[in-house]
Amino acid sequence: MTSPLQQKIKITGPSMVTANRTSDGVVIYRTKAKGWSTELNDAAIVRVADEARALLADAVADDVGAVGAYIAPVELNEQGAIKPGNLREQIRSRGVTIDLPVPA
Amino acid sequence: MYAYDEIDRTLIHERVAEFRDQVKRRLAGELTEDEFKSLRLMNGVYLQLHAYMFRVAIPYGTLSSAQLRRLAHVARRYDRGYGHFTTRQNIQFNWIKLAELPDALADLADVGIHAMQTSGNCTRNITADQWAGVAPGEIEDPRIWAELLRQYSTLHPEFSFLPRKFKFAITASEHDRAAIKVHDIGLRLHKNAAGETGFEVLVGGGLGRTPFIGKTIKPFVPGRDILSYVEAILRVYNQYGRRDNIYKARIKILVHELGIEKFAAAVEEEWLGMADSALTLEDADIEDIRSRFFYPAYEKLPQMPDELIKAAHDPKFEAWRRNSVTPHKVTGYAIVTLSLKPVGGPPGDATADQMDAIADLADQYSFGEIRVSHEQNLALPHVARRDLPALWRALDRIGVATPNINLVSDIIACPGLDYCSLANARSIPIAQELTRRFANHDTANLIGRLHINISGCINACGHHHVGHIGILGVEKNDEEFYQITIGGRADENAAVGTLIGPAVPYGEVADVVEDIVEAYLALRARPDELFIDTVKRLGVEPFRERVYATR
Amino acid sequence: MPLVKGGNIAGDAFVQVADDAEISADGAVLVSAARLLADPEALLRRAGPTGVVWPNNHDVALLAPWLSRLAAVALVFPSFRDGRAYSQARRLRERFGFSGELRATGQVLRDQFAFMLRAGFDAFEVKKQSDAEAFAAAAKRYSVFYQPTGDGRVTALHRRTQLRHSESAGL
Repeated sequence: MTSPLQQKIKITGPSMVTANRTSDGVVIYRTKAKGWSTELNDAAIVRVADEARALLADAVADDVGAVGAYIAPVELNEQGAIKPGNLREQIRSRGVTIDLPVPA
Repeated sequence: MYAYDEIDRTLIHERVAEFRDQVKRRLAGELTEDEFKSLRLMNGVYLQLHAYMFRVAIPYGTLSSAQLRRLAHVARRYDRGYGHFTTRQNIQFNWIKLAELPDALADLADVGIHAMQTSGNCTRNITADQWAGVAPGEIEDPRIWAELLRQYSTLHPEFSFLPRKFKFAITASEHDRAAIKVHDIGLRLHKNAAGETGFEVLVGGGLGRTPFIGKTIKPFVPGRDILSYVEAILRVYNQYGRRDNIYKARIKILVHELGIEKFAAAVEEEWLGMADSALTLEDADIEDIRSRFFYPAYEKLPQMPDELIKAAHDPKFEAWRRNSVTPHKVTGYAIVTLSLKPVGGPPGDATADQMDAIADLADQYSFGEIRVSHEQNLALPHVARRDLPALWRALDRIGVATPNINLVSDIIACPGLDYCSLANARSIPIAQELTRRFANHDTANLIGRLHINISGCINACGHHHVGHIGILGVEKNDEEFYQITIGGRADENAAVGTLIGPAVPYGEVADVVEDIVEAYLALRARPDELFIDTVKRLGVEPFRERVYATR
Repeated sequence: MPLVKGGNIAGDAFVQVADDAEISADGAVLVSAARLLADPEALLRRAGPTGVVWPNNHDVALLAPWLSRLAAVALVFPSFRDGRAYSQARRLRERFGFSGELRATGQVLRDQFAFMLRAGFDAFEVKKQSDAEAFAAAAKRYSVFYQPTGDGRVTALHRRTQLRHSESAGL
């Protein structure tokens, strides 16, 4: 979980591109349709560095809509559903691992 | 506390208008993120894992009740009903929307609160200690000088794009509660042999990847010269600080690479070249700022009032009083610390309801003033001792009377991987578990003063380097591991802690801390030998042995 | 790239001349630091105004002997985040008394105009046309300034002093 902002592009398995929505900071995932979704399951999956680079470049080009895009690992379960590939992405998709001081 | 005048109010409203325009241009695509990022950082707006984070300035940790209520309002209206007090006396909100930030800032500006320069490569909040102006033994209130420096450094046209962030701290006490030795500039207010008021100036302290203890650049700068001298330091740093590598860009690296003598000479040369500086302070200028600090009209009160004598038979009250109440410079008064470290809670957080309740209590018992400490607790600085029993009952009801100040469960922690995009590992759950392990107050008192600091990454926002026990989150094979250090301290005897051994996994951290504490209890020379002194006496080895014997 | 001078978009009187190009006898030119320092006397003897483009990692003290004869100094912001030219500008104006054109070049953007003006710049090679058009508005963004620079604006400290004096004078 070294911050992805310091990593070179290195794909070790299925990956996706994620960012935060500019207007409100909500977590978003780059889709195959060259858009963004708040659902991890809508994320476009890439498997090699070149694909990842292209997906990232596309995402970064949407400077108005998204901030801080980067490549992150995913896991695909038997049903093909997309799960977060590390603790950082788990926290981003599901929220903090602690109880908030004021219940949501 | 300082009362804003028309000039101060105008400036923060103009700032809000400017940022509102910048946000509008960003969202319309007229500003790229690359152009906008520095601008939003200089208004305290970070991007975190799930959302933007908004860091609001609490200059030198002083708030009025009206201001605290307005922070509660921001928490409710724009965030998720709570805020987090930080190790630099600021407050952070974790779920803020960029599009709503100008409105939040406008709401805050109405009560004289801003978020200017709480992030970015500029000068940051100037921190003092939370007992400034009321602690016995201060030569004068350091916050007057902190306010002079705050105004000097706000929207400074020359120093808004420094190589890196720049932090000041100031103390006016023998015992340094402001950690000046680990700041970029540390200032120790004192009187010289001739009785003049001035500063020992230290530079190049800091934590993070390369911790350094600050070095004295000039043992005495008279008060009237402090702004021009600081300007000389900043100018040398702005021109010669490294800009090629963000991990080597702080002034501590420049001081280290040049050596303190060469650095001091460069500053002196710059300073002497600023002859007849417009920054030289006249007595009237200092008095003007001093006159707008309002101090309470203290009553003449007994040190041992009846209310206190009667309440002494209540062991719960007494436990709290002995722990959380400290002497005030005025007879009959006390400083009360409010613990934001409840058992099982995230350290340093307060709900909007708690903030409102504390604001009411401040009005009733503390002349409307609240303080924020860099240990992530709050304080009521002007409490009449006769009011202590009534105040305690009220504080207990809102959950801020845990009698654990300065004890093992009074943990300082950064937000960590639950919130922060820089983090390697989580810190809050570690802190929560530790407060549960050490929930028993008798045990905590038996252990005595023990500062645990937790940082989720090497940026060290939890100040782990200077914790008696420091815990640093690192990453190993995609799992959360933690390095443990002992022997750090943040005060006038500041020191960086020593690593005790290889990093341990998330699930073992609380066990390791328990082992360290057990080792201390077995090894201490006397019950009143503090943990930090036992470590100093015996070194790290006996603790290392105990912890790693079975690991 | 529009030039803003005197608060408005203006024509650029100066021509930037490459190191290996000939310089006319009259006409306003901007030369590199290397070229100026190679033979400053010859250059400054020209009939036309001479200015220099000074890198942000060179000490402006090296220019001191020539400042009274230089018509312009252009300083550089390689990135708007690199703030070294602000210190260079203040030192040129306040320590060395330079009174010629002080030009900001590089990544010069609207949101730094106010800072640049206060540091002593009076000409701006502005990156975006829209920013150049917004110059006057951006320059008026703030009416309050806490700290003094060489720009002569009344600072908060001095305004308070003035208010104190007028109060005590019963005005």
